Amino acid sequence: MPVMSYLQAISDGLRVEMRRDKRVYVIGQDVGVYGGAFKVTQGFQDEFGPWRVIDAPLAETAIVGSCTGAAIMGMRPVAEMQFADFVSCAWDHLVTVAAKQRYRAGTPVPIVVRCPSGGGFSGGPFHSQNPESSFAHIPGLKVVCPATPADAKGLLISSIEDPNPVLYMEHKHLYRRIKDEVPEERYTIPLGEARIHREGDDITLVTWGAMVYTADEAATQVEAEGISVELIDLRTVAPWDKQAVLKSVEKTSKALVLHEDTRTGGFGAEIVATITEEAFESLDAPVKRVTAPDAPVPFSPPLEKAFIPQVEDVVAGLKDLAAY
Amino acid sequence: MAIAREAEPVGSLKEVREAGLDREDLLTVYRNMLVTRGVEERGHILYRQGKIPGSFYTGRGNEAGSVGVATAMGPNDVGTPLHRDMGVHITRGVEPWRIFAQYMGRADGPTKGRDGNVHMADGRLGLIAMVSHLPAMLPVAVGCALAFRIREEKRVAVGWFGEGASARGDCHEAMTLAGTRRLPMVFVCDNNQWAYSTPTHLEYASETVADRAQAYGFEGVVVDGTDVLAVYREARRAIEKAREGGGPTLIECLTLRMEGHAVHDDAFYVPKEMFEEWAKRDPIERFRSWLKDNADLTDEEEDEIALEIKKIMNDAMKRADDSPLPDPSTVTEGVYATPEDLDTPHHK
Ligand SMILES: Cc1ncc(C[n+]2csc(CCOP(=O)(O)OP(=O)(O)O)c2C)c(N)n1
Ligand SMILES: [Mg+2]
Repeated sequence: MPVMSYLQAISDGLRVEMRRDKRVYVIGQDVGVYGGAFKVTQGFQDEFGPWRVIDAPLAETAIVGSCTGAAIMGMRPVAEMQFADFVSCAWDHLVTVAAKQRYRAGTPVPIVVRCPSGGGFSGGPFHSQNPESSFAHIPGLKVVCPATPADAKGLLISSIEDPNPVLYMEHKHLYRRIKDEVPEERYTIPLGEARIHREGDDITLVTWGAMVYTADEAATQVEAEGISVELIDLRTVAPWDKQAVLKSVEKTSKALVLHEDTRTGGFGAEIVATITEEAFESLDAPVKRVTAPDAPVPFSPPLEKAFIPQVEDVVAGLKDLAAY
Repeated sequence: MAIAREAEPVGSLKEVREAGLDREDLLTVYRNMLVTRGVEERGHILYRQGKIPGSFYTGRGNEAGSVGVATAMGPNDVGTPLHRDMGVHITRGVEPWRIFAQYMGRADGPTKGRDGNVHMADGRLGLIAMVSHLPAMLPVAVGCALAFRIREEKRVAVGWFGEGASARGDCHEAMTLAGTRRLPMVFVCDNNQWAYSTPTHLEYASETVADRAQAYGFEGVVVDGTDVLAVYREARRAIEKAREGGGPTLIECLTLRMEGHAVHDDAFYVPKEMFEEWAKRDPIERFRSWLKDNADLTDEEEDEIALEIKKIMNDAMKRADDSPLPDPSTVTEGVYATPEDLDTPHHK
């Protein structure tokens, strides 16, 4: 099996779908000649031509809004936000138009909006955010947050195939850092199925995206002290795999939810609420959250480090839970 | 001085024939305008009877604009009509009883009670249901045009917007994308001179809305929105130009919103003289007298048409009233599409 970076796996998934399905096209700023700000679509315009790899004006509303129109006309558009943060300029077209069209008008809107998200390299307040919970709150939208190269490819193909609007959050900090084996052929991964990243007995740790690696390192550290962690990578937050989480909590009786997004109203709150509603009897400790604090993402390295949950924060949380 | 071209009125039957309409077509246009007004007048009655929940909007004064443009569209063209554009739905062939069912929140309305008013469309007729947020449907319409361009199909998308909503960024972005890519797109501005209570000089500072087209690299034209034939001719020109690869056009149809913004609004802020002046230019009356003068519309024909429409309305009201209210247990159904939903002619 070939080894690919997370970024190469995204490109590969997109290329596979574009070769297979003529309805798939890419639109975004600088995706054509330049190959995208992060080079996900490098070489695509040479292969697929300027009308399937479309350099758009700086106009997220028109980019995403036009995807909806084209999708209703039978295309399978994939929009690229240059950074996830700019998806706010397309909010209306996701939340007001695309998300509600199936419910009101019976019209499916199969679009994918790729959102390079997350912090870790001084991107500052406007190039580092993780907007998944805002969109997970919207009925009609799906939100995908892959952590591994193999998931990045399979989940992207599933997102394109899905008949609904999908936000595909690709974490920038994983792009070149994470490499792994990725099947060469086309494959899909169902949206809404979590993955057990490591099995354990004492504490369930639920997370997604780049935090999977932070969580894994923390789990390795506490394992030395005899604390066994079951790490669940949700892979998609809308829909999310409630059953996988509840099943694990029933086994371990303790849970920690970790995310890089800010705390209040973050998706972790939904998970914690669900655990307390549906697995209360299994719990031996209050469910814990480790998240970014309620602040914009700061620029300067010591501030950003204080903002993004670190391995030691997760370790402390796990130890607290173990001692409870 | 305005930059946009001002469209000439249409004169004789000969000119109309040249523009592609024969006498039978003209009578169809006339019927569609009457049905449009008929549906909205009956809607008012239903509203007063307490049968329409929420609010109620009409497009009185815009029958020529909406029917004129829709008449110029080809069968495979698509559009995103708004709350003043009932005539587009009627011309494309929606059955009036479905509209009444929609108004009343019944299970047989096009949105099955999930949305109200003219927030509806029949996709099989090439129309996409509007959202409230104006003019969010413009980028969507541009996306349809983009799909046609990618697939090299000779189809055109028509997007409507109000002069008030032209202030919002969606309008600018949609026109920028359509202009830079020369997409097969026609923008239609329903300029009814008011955005709720706001007059045009507080909505835009250019002389006309159509003037802006030049900045986006395409033609703008202002047409008398009470003259259905002039609207038709300009729309047809623009649509055929777009179809042949000539890029977008912005057509501004000038009329007056002849009622309040919605049923709750008595339009006290519109000067009385303005209503009086524009009442003399009622689009339906204008066309009726044109037909009499130029196409020998007889009194018998008129009576026949009036009777026919009365029957359509009465039957439609009754059928809609027989439609059940939606089943509350279906409240969460259809939030997400299933793969079977993609089994449409478009998604093959
Ligand atoms: C984005 C947005 N803001 C506010 C409203 C509320 N609203 C509904 S119609 C309207 C006036 C629209 O004026 P115009 O675009 O001229 O259309 P008209 O109703 O006159 O046809 C307003 C303010 C809205 N629908 N969408
Ligand atoms: Mg107006």
